[in-house]
Amino acid sequence: MTHAAYVFAAYGISALVIAGLGLWILIDQAGRKRELKELEERGIRRRSDRKAPKK
Amino acid sequence: MGSGMTNATPQASTLSGRLTALANPTRFLALADTLVPWFGGLSLAVLAAGFYMAFSAPEDYQQGITVRIMYIHVPFAWLAMFCYSLMAISALGTLVWKHPLADVALKAAAPIGAAFTALALFTGSVWGKPMWGTWWVWDARLTSVFILFLMYLGIIALTRAMDDPGRSARAAAILTLVGFVNIPIIKFSVDWWNTLHQPASVFRLDGPTIHASLLWPLLICALGFTLLFVTLHLMAMRADIWRRRVVAMRRLSARAAERAAR
Repeated sequence: MTHAAYVFAAYGISALVIAGLGLWILIDQAGRKRELKELEERGIRRRSDRKAPKK
Repeated sequence: MGSGMTNATPQASTLSGRLTALANPTRFLALADTLVPWFGGLSLAVLAAGFYMAFSAPEDYQQGITVRIMYIHVPFAWLAMFCYSLMAISALGTLVWKHPLADVALKAAAPIGAAFTALALFTGSVWGKPMWGTWWVWDARLTSVFILFLMYLGIIALTRAMDDPGRSARAAAILTLVGFVNIPIIKFSVDWWNTLHQPASVFRLDGPTIHASLLWPLLICALGFTLLFVTLHLMAMRADIWRRRVVAMRRLSARAAERAAR
């Protein structure tokens, strides 16, 4: 293995892991956002929201 | 969480005042929504500039091209320790001030810290093979960082072990604080023991021992990765606040359905 291959491996795997981490957080965000929307559509509100005047 | 926290705005002039203002998760979510695109864009721009500088910087006279691993290895290692320190401060926030977002901050940071610690170990390993002639040695620096990685895994498991996040918050905070003793050990391991890993060459009392042509790209890359960390952490915290709201709302609807059935 030439030394350039070690550098390539370090950068390649790091890019993959960070991209995977970012994607995982994005998927988590999207999932929770969808659940909140579904609950709101069913008319369920948080206690602190129910006290607020209806929009 | 989320209920009963719509009280009057505290004085936002002091740092503690600002932290108290942020204790309102709704206010935090609004702030995160504003900051995430800016921090995300800024981190990508700074990283692009850092990598451009890193790859146009001269190669090391002894290490040749492998010195380029430094521009990611060192920021990952810094972030591994920075993230844990942030979690330790959050742990104090949970135990001492009962700050409602401290637990969210700790929980959301743990997987990000674990990822950067794993990458610090991995990039160090592929740097060690051509330069030291070995992928791994059980010297004080490498072993203490490996223990840090195991600490992260333990905290991840603990923060996700119970359905009610409020119940695991205290235990996770205590575990995090106990594990913080490892951070100075990592930092000074290269001075206290005879290690294959080199001692510090950037933050030293007598100034950095790296030539400016390599130091500047390193500092810019470190800044870029730190901004990226902040972006990811804000996003993960936002997702966790949403998760807790979903749980709270489901509980409310279940209770309402129970009442209706009676």
